[in-house]
Amino acid sequence: MCQDCGCGDVNLVPLELQTRILARNDSTAEHNRQHLRDRGIFTVNLMGSPGSGKTAVLESTARMFKGGRHLAAIAGDLATDNDAARLARAGIRSCAIQTGQACHLDAEMVHHELHHLDLEGVEFLFIENVGNLVCPAVYDLGQSVNVVALSVTEGEDKPLKYPTMFAKADLVLLTKLDLLPHLPRVDINAIRNAIAKVMPDPHIIRMSAQDDVGVDGWVAWLRARRAALMHETVPA
Amino acid sequence: MHEYSIVQSLVDSVAAAVGTRTDAVVRSVRVSIGEVAGVDCGLLTTAYEVFRAGTLCENAAMTIDRIPARWECPRCGAAIARGAVLQCPQCHEPAFMAAGDEIILQRVELEVA
Repeated sequence: MCQDCGCGDVNLVPLELQTRILARNDSTAEHNRQHLRDRGIFTVNLMGSPGSGKTAVLESTARMFKGGRHLAAIAGDLATDNDAARLARAGIRSCAIQTGQACHLDAEMVHHELHHLDLEGVEFLFIENVGNLVCPAVYDLGQSVNVVALSVTEGEDKPLKYPTMFAKADLVLLTKLDLLPHLPRVDINAIRNAIAKVMPDPHIIRMSAQDDVGVDGWVAWLRARRAALMHETVPA
Repeated sequence: MHEYSIVQSLVDSVAAAVGTRTDAVVRSVRVSIGEVAGVDCGLLTTAYEVFRAGTLCENAAMTIDRIPARWECPRCGAAIARGAVLQCPQCHEPAFMAAGDEIILQRVELEVA
């Protein structure tokens, strides 16, 4: 209480802070990023709705790499390690994070898992985030790039409905292209236009992962981006 | 529904700011949430009301300032209209987000003896 005049007013002290609420996550993410980059590993935070084809993309990626010797994956799901098992069968060394009720991965979960994953010889680490178009976009994990898998069955205006994830994306993989003949009302141009309104520099690769269509473009993109990152970080 | 984990981080941030002033009572918390930060303000308020019980924010009202998204051309600085393609119509540069992704603890007010 005010001690001076006895007015009974509460003595309030303001603290001006302007701090990022997720500063601790961001700090751990930066630690992850440095750790991975120092080992020559290019890290993809692969996000998208449940059933958008994230795991199928990675299986196809392993086929393009002729086995997954240089690939590793961390698969996040609320429950089960089914995706990690699928990736292991595809030849990608992988582990699962079961988040319980958490709708996203965070940097601390990834950091913990990095201690358990053999990264010797790995060039590409894929973090398959929890299937969800909202929450994963909020948390930096320490990735080199954000990639969103969006299937043609999800609706042309999904990017407009979930702008945050697309605003932060470096690349959109438009998946399940093989289903287009069965979807006469789906207009690829409408999807592209929706993406362009929420993603400032839209890069889109069309894919049908189950028959490896478009995966060569995705792998070329990965290799080019990894080369650029490693070039940036080579000491002068 | 990651708003609960945002509140957890918010309470941790407030604790760090209060530090060793153990005699102080946190009376108010003010945050900024960007329009495209991926945080729903209604859910954040609900999560805060549930989660603050038993924490040092128990007696602190929370005010949320919603920050509208603002996209600009990185070259000429022109504002990109809401709902438009995120590219400068003059320079054809990809727009950058000048505001709208904030998840910020702006200030707290402490009641001190």
